[in-house]
Amino acid sequence: MISSRRGNFTFNGIAPEAGLKAALQKGRAGVIGELSASGLKGRGGAGFPTGVKWNLAAAAKSDVKYVVCNADEGEPGTFKDRVILSDFAPLVFEGMTIGGWAIGAKKGVLYLRGEYIYLRPHLEKVLAERRKQNLLGTKILGKDGFDFDIGIRMGSGAYVCGEETALIESLEGHRGEPRNRPPFPVDTGFQNKPTIVNNVETLTWAACILSKGAAWFKKIGTDKSAGLKLYSVSGDCTRPGVYEFPLGITVAKLLGEVGGENAKAVQVGGASGRCVPASEFARTLAFEDVPTGGSIIVFGPQRDMLRVARNFMDFFVEESCGQCTPCREGNVKLLEGLELLEEGRCSMRYLRELCALGETMAVASKCGLGQSSPTAFLSIVQHFQDELMGRMHGR
Amino acid sequence: MAESVKAADDSRAPVSQRPKTMAPPSDIRDIGALVTVNIDGQDVKVPMGTTILEAAKKAGIRIPTLCYHEDLCIAGVCRICVVEVDGQRTLQAACAYPVTSPLKVKTHTRKVRQARRHVVDLLLSTHYGECYSCFRNNNCELQALAKECGVDFFRFGHPEQPRYEVDRSSYSVVRDMNKCVLCRRCVRTCIDLQEVGVLEAIGRSANTKVATFLDKPLGEVVCINCGQCINRCPTGALRANDPTDEVWAAIDDPKKHVVIQTAPSPRAAIGECFGQPPGKALTFELNTALKQCGFDRVFDTNFTADLTILEEGTELIIRLKKALVDKDPLVALPQFTSCSPGWVKYIEHFYTELLPHVSSAKSPQQMFGAIIKTYYAKLNKLDPQDIVTVALMPCSAKKFECNRQEMCSSGYKDIDYGLTTRELAQMIKEAGIDLPNMPKSNFDDPFGTATGSGVIFGATGGVMEAALRTVVELVCGIKVEDLFAHADIIPVRGFEGVRYAEIPITKVGPVPDILKPLVKDWNWLKGATLKVGICHGTANAKKVLEDIRAGGKFSECHFIEFMACPGGCLGGGGQPIPTGPAIRAARAKAIYDEDKGYAIRKSHENPDVLKIYKDFLTDGPCGHLSHKLLHTHYTARGKYIV
Repeated sequence: MISSRRGNFTFNGIAPEAGLKAALQKGRAGVIGELSASGLKGRGGAGFPTGVKWNLAAAAKSDVKYVVCNADEGEPGTFKDRVILSDFAPLVFEGMTIGGWAIGAKKGVLYLRGEYIYLRPHLEKVLAERRKQNLLGTKILGKDGFDFDIGIRMGSGAYVCGEETALIESLEGHRGEPRNRPPFPVDTGFQNKPTIVNNVETLTWAACILSKGAAWFKKIGTDKSAGLKLYSVSGDCTRPGVYEFPLGITVAKLLGEVGGENAKAVQVGGASGRCVPASEFARTLAFEDVPTGGSIIVFGPQRDMLRVARNFMDFFVEESCGQCTPCREGNVKLLEGLELLEEGRCSMRYLRELCALGETMAVASKCGLGQSSPTAFLSIVQHFQDELMGRMHGR
Repeated sequence: MAESVKAADDSRAPVSQRPKTMAPPSDIRDIGALVTVNIDGQDVKVPMGTTILEAAKKAGIRIPTLCYHEDLCIAGVCRICVVEVDGQRTLQAACAYPVTSPLKVKTHTRKVRQARRHVVDLLLSTHYGECYSCFRNNNCELQALAKECGVDFFRFGHPEQPRYEVDRSSYSVVRDMNKCVLCRRCVRTCIDLQEVGVLEAIGRSANTKVATFLDKPLGEVVCINCGQCINRCPTGALRANDPTDEVWAAIDDPKKHVVIQTAPSPRAAIGECFGQPPGKALTFELNTALKQCGFDRVFDTNFTADLTILEEGTELIIRLKKALVDKDPLVALPQFTSCSPGWVKYIEHFYTELLPHVSSAKSPQQMFGAIIKTYYAKLNKLDPQDIVTVALMPCSAKKFECNRQEMCSSGYKDIDYGLTTRELAQMIKEAGIDLPNMPKSNFDDPFGTATGSGVIFGATGGVMEAALRTVVELVCGIKVEDLFAHADIIPVRGFEGVRYAEIPITKVGPVPDILKPLVKDWNWLKGATLKVGICHGTANAKKVLEDIRAGGKFSECHFIEFMACPGGCLGGGGQPIPTGPAIRAARAKAIYDEDKGYAIRKSHENPDVLKIYKDFLTDGPCGHLSHKLLHTHYTARGKYIV
């Protein structure tokens, strides 16, 4: 499926290598200063300030450091990284190169989702082209002592490998399982070296920011959520596709743009995100309100929310890495609970117990996957309890 | 005695499971700096990088754990030890969270209690726990946790049917994955502590399970049977292959003459199964208890430990002579010890080209079996067919060893049954015997005299110390006490993972009678320096073997002691559960204390041993008959052969 690109993307108007050239001119501290000033936060969903991350890695004392581009785009309903990788690959690699320059890394790795293997020849071609143009390799753009190259590594289909420490484990050839944090990858990452792991989109915006300036980016969006963001919109709407909007727009506004005005709910942030009911469509898509990695799934009036919840729990029962107890066993219990609801055999008391379990999973799981896995369940139960429990009364 | 079983830096464990290493502080003044942690309102000062769990221990605050084990690297997977850390949105695993700046921690808030309870409830929802019929009943960490967290019903259900077939394919270790709670202590034991790597987690989510290569039965993979995984399993998912029923049946059979030998390590540890503190030896109380259980004779494995020293020591002298006098380039030096069956299987799998270095002497357990079914049978006019030999060992690998096909040189199986410390404790309890309060009694003749050298076989370095006591005296013609106070050869003791010592042979004495058929004089050893190595735990064995492969320091050694288990036999896979550095140190102390108490402390002075060479093994150590009965050969198994 080729997803539609809707409207104009800022990425189209960025002059090639303008960001990289500006970065080399500004010096390492200058790059990090610019990024920090821009207010750019991680576009994978967690929203960690990119400037802070790069600064920590830059400050870490090590001869060897790494830049990792997280292209393991596995969140259900997300496909914007695929569009970026196919249409704007040079900008992604430029962002990685800037990252390498900023933290003092010589090696970058693009960790590509297994299912995106068809993109690899294209990406390799772009890399080869960049090597030819001395945008990668030694003495990049004539800068003495700036050597950087990028390799591509394939993921093997595990959702958890989108979690940065599991991704690193996978890169090292191990079973993809999250590590204990701290220590964080910025000081103990790939092969125990300081490593920045950034989402495809984050790196692309980094290149844009260096090209157009922090002030331009900071001006867009809200106070705490600066800049633009790509959204993958799917579900019950007339114009699904990839959109670029400033952060901070309301759910209602987005629905208007995509032709989903009569939605009964919107799943923001994919399986690990939360379900926003129609009554809350005035809420904003921003880190301080409803955060998202870009996945927007629209549910029309005819959708059965129990089915929706089940679908998400099926996903987590499949994708939990199996390492920690709350996620491994908890998701199974939530799914079983939904099955009971479907059969009209789940008591209110047990449902409350499952919600408490969901709270435990959110705080006691080892990694972000487990911590976010009950979010969809909890928000659907919260907002659609009558619909869910209706099964019971209907019998 | 600080134990450093192995260094962290060359760990093969997945990074997620390695011990935390802190980057050195950027400011030199911060090195060794103390940080204050406030736990439940109590301030405690700890060095930077200390985990919350360790800090809490220091403050005397208990945080329950499950996947954490003192001997192992950190996993942080069970999430039992979660605590609230001020300023953190989520709960943090106390075992894995290093303190690098002042912290405020709360260990039992509502959120924490609820999380802990849920985790236990979830574990119980998949744990096929049949507590009544489980050998870990009353010694199960999950059971204890359920009680501690106040579990009074199965909130999320409880399995009524087993999901997996129990794997009984191994002679030594039984795996029941229905009871597994996926704490992965066994995985970390096998991969990181022992560096054998038979067990690893496979599958995802609810299908996650601990499995062998291609999920083969344990008896068909490169498991060395050390049983260290059993000692660290919190539940009954791993246990030793238990022959208790067969042993009772033999005792109950009036036609059978059932003899048991007891090894030093179980005697130093069995009290732990009866509520005694670690390090209380019950050697002579056990003799009485065994008789009351119905064993016909109780012998001391020390007797054949002494015999092993003479056989293995003589073999070493033969190898040295071949190398130094005959200049035979093919002689395999250093000689490796062969008494640890886990170690033997390890080298058979992983370093087949070094097998010629392994002493051909059988282990003391097997030697005893061979002697009982020949010499002892004849002496007592018993048909070997009617003798049942039982061995009390600290070891699960001994069960495999006694089932080796080659271990029946007398025409009968040397040892019929190997019992672990735990299994024998169970038999004693079943018989209603109050072991700690039994009157003391001696071992039976004709092997009643034991020496201190035999006893210390139980601790890492003990075989080497026993061998050195004998070799020094036989070769130098001096008293070992003249070189080492009280004959305590301190340089070879301790818990350092790999140790090395040199003993210069400055003078030589006359050749003792027992060795006269082999050597005329010792002049060829004069001025030589005896170089020895000691290691315990197969991860350390691997280091030594790699060093030998690379032509390093240990390739220059003459004799190296290898023990498969951390701490030596006293930390064996058949010992009481739990285990830990402090417990092993206490057992070691008991063993060295027992050594001090013996009148005879050197193997070559054991009158019973000298008598057997006079009466039975008349062609001496490494002679024809001893070769037939007391020596063995090994199989180059490699990594693909069972």
